[in-house]
Amino acid sequence: MYKHVLQSIDNIAIWPVISFVIFFTFFIVLLWWVFTADKTFIREMSEKPLHDGAESNVNAEPLT
Amino acid sequence: MQLEKIHYDNKIVKAFIIATVIFGIVGMTVGLLAAIQLFYPLFNFSDSAVGQYVSFGRIRPLHTNAVIFAFVGNAMFAGVYYSMQRLLKTRLFSDALSWTHFWGWQLIILAAAITLPLGMTSAKEYAELEWPIDIAIALIWVVFGINMIGTIIKRREQHMYVAIWFYIATFVTVAVLHIVNSFEMPVTLFKSYSWYAGVQDALVQWWYGHNAVAFFLTTPFLGIMYYFLPKAANRPVYSYRLSIIHFWSLIFIYIWAGPHHLLYTALPDWAQSLGVVFSIMLIAPSWGGMLNGLFTLRGAWDRVREDAVLKFMVVAVTAYGMATLEGPLLSLKNVNAIAHYTDWIVAHVHVGGLGWNGFLIFGMLYWLVPRMWNTKLYSSKLANLHFWIGTLGIVFYALPMYVSGVVQSLMWKEFAADGFLRYQNFLETTTQILPMHMLRAVGGGLYLTGVFIMAYNLVKTAFAGSFIANEEAEVSPLVKVKHTAGGYWHRILEAKPILFTVLALVAILIGGIIELVPTFLIKSNVPTIASVKPYTPLELHGRDIYIREGCVNCHSQMIRPFRSEVQRYDPKGGEYSKAGEYVYDHPFLWGSKRTGPDLQRLGGKYADSWHFRHMLTPGEVSTGSIMPAYPWLYEQQIDKGLTAGKISALRTIGVPYADGYEAVANDELDAQANKIVASLKLEGLETSSDAEIIALIAYLQRLGTDIKLNETAQNK
Repeated sequence: MYKHVLQSIDNIAIWPVISFVIFFTFFIVLLWWVFTADKTFIREMSEKPLHDGAESNVNAEPLT
Repeated sequence: MQLEKIHYDNKIVKAFIIATVIFGIVGMTVGLLAAIQLFYPLFNFSDSAVGQYVSFGRIRPLHTNAVIFAFVGNAMFAGVYYSMQRLLKTRLFSDALSWTHFWGWQLIILAAAITLPLGMTSAKEYAELEWPIDIAIALIWVVFGINMIGTIIKRREQHMYVAIWFYIATFVTVAVLHIVNSFEMPVTLFKSYSWYAGVQDALVQWWYGHNAVAFFLTTPFLGIMYYFLPKAANRPVYSYRLSIIHFWSLIFIYIWAGPHHLLYTALPDWAQSLGVVFSIMLIAPSWGGMLNGLFTLRGAWDRVREDAVLKFMVVAVTAYGMATLEGPLLSLKNVNAIAHYTDWIVAHVHVGGLGWNGFLIFGMLYWLVPRMWNTKLYSSKLANLHFWIGTLGIVFYALPMYVSGVVQSLMWKEFAADGFLRYQNFLETTTQILPMHMLRAVGGGLYLTGVFIMAYNLVKTAFAGSFIANEEAEVSPLVKVKHTAGGYWHRILEAKPILFTVLALVAILIGGIIELVPTFLIKSNVPTIASVKPYTPLELHGRDIYIREGCVNCHSQMIRPFRSEVQRYDPKGGEYSKAGEYVYDHPFLWGSKRTGPDLQRLGGKYADSWHFRHMLTPGEVSTGSIMPAYPWLYEQQIDKGLTAGKISALRTIGVPYADGYEAVANDELDAQANKIVASLKLEGLETSSDAEIIALIAYLQRLGTDIKLNETAQNK
């Protein structure tokens, strides 16, 4: 019954195709970027939480 | 380079931390009460003066709202505001906005704590609050958003660390979800009807409900994990590359998975399949994130043995991994067929809530408070005790619920050799699992004890130190670096917060739109059933009482197409639930948990007098029943002055009441009520025709009767 309902929407078949194309393209480009990204940039970014200007805090040492 | 002196605002973080601890205790205490009510109905206090405000149906939403929006919400804001200032090297955008945000949010919590026990509810899970509060939530959320985006704009860092992306995604998505799901037609100041009906209402609600988990309980805490875990472990995150993939795949995929809450219901099959596929895909980013968190501790595992902060975080991240593997598995239709409507789901959400959210928050608080008060933690022994008692609490909570869920489900489905259900009386399946419910309360009690220990430890810590309201830091000013040649588009993106926000919004909107639009396009085509008619005025009042009392928290109205369910709930008609039966249901009341039986085909099953006696003394009518009594329904009268308003509100949103029906509605109401009163009188039961119980009986007797009357009259 729902098949019938869905068939009555014009070009219903395009919906999943659009979704797939959007996903596929986005993730291919994302992966391409991630794996070609500049190493120093990545290292610099990943260390952000450790150099966040809070060093003046006397208790920056990890608690034991 | 000249260093600038700036001051981070710790005061606002402190306020949110205090609110977190207070509402953690409140929310969990209410949860413990709800847990006890489920095996000891006396704790509904039905016969006392406050009975109607503390019965399970009203307490359960109070618990869920308190822990999600008050406990976890306040913790989220504390973590976001603390980390954002430091990651962006700037004080928050506006102190005034910060404090508007804080007090606005607490007022909303207060409003929820008053209105929910009063029975003012939209009946939509995790979105129960009525429309004026919904508007307040939207406004305060926008204040939070402006404060966040403003802080990002005045940052002294060229690029935004991954935690900030998670915060941005949280803001935009929750805004969209909340607004779309809260479209409702007001009748009075504290009563409204959902704009959507039946199947569409269900789809919007679970698109919201699922993504409330995703974007309120998950993404902000992943941001918090990506900040506080490296801080606590004193080493950078294992793979920043992985965190980028984690972020984009998570927000892209999560938004599609909502329909897995509606498997085997009257929701169109394609939407169900969409939900299943995307739920399975979610394993990848979730586990990527979990492994990224755990691997961050590479080489530091020796410290996990001693440092309570790290212990809490390791268990939190592990619980995240467990819950996000279990979730996709529960989304498989064959697993869902067993697990849905049972305690299994309760176990699942509590592994996430107690393990992931709770433990990450505790770890964060144990890390934050000593630093903000410039001292050492008062007692690491107590923190370790909290860790163990909390972990035991989770185990004692989750395991009994898993056992209970599977036992109950198998009992529901078991057929005897004669072809009939082995446990024909639903109550047998309820009493069977009561010991498990008792154990669960023990687990919850242990967990709550841990929170009290933490509160004591944190207060002692704070009193031993001196609070740094404005923490000084020296930072270098932002130097605009012009990137040469393109290629690193994402890097450029990270430097443009507004564009980033828009793209994150687009990412989640694509999923939402593709999922919701077809269902709305076919609105006029939802297969209608000729015999399904709008509710009568009396039934409408009864339905609103059903909503007010929170019956939906324990009773579903959705018979799935299984032989066991059809035989249990509609043995004569043999009909499972159809989409066309719900076209006038604003809101839908399918429910998500069967503590009691499904009520979709209840109408005509029992006499009016049975309902009359049962609502007054459920334990006597059904020996061993754990249902609360509702004595106030026999004293309170329905407000017939509201009938006209209700009818015209519903007509506005598409229920075909004839023009001018308001004028005769109360006459019809009286006639129907008098009939019920007369039938009760035959059995020697006296009551006023305006009593609420009469309206409720009318509604219960209506349930499912449309389709029983005329089973074959389906329109195409």
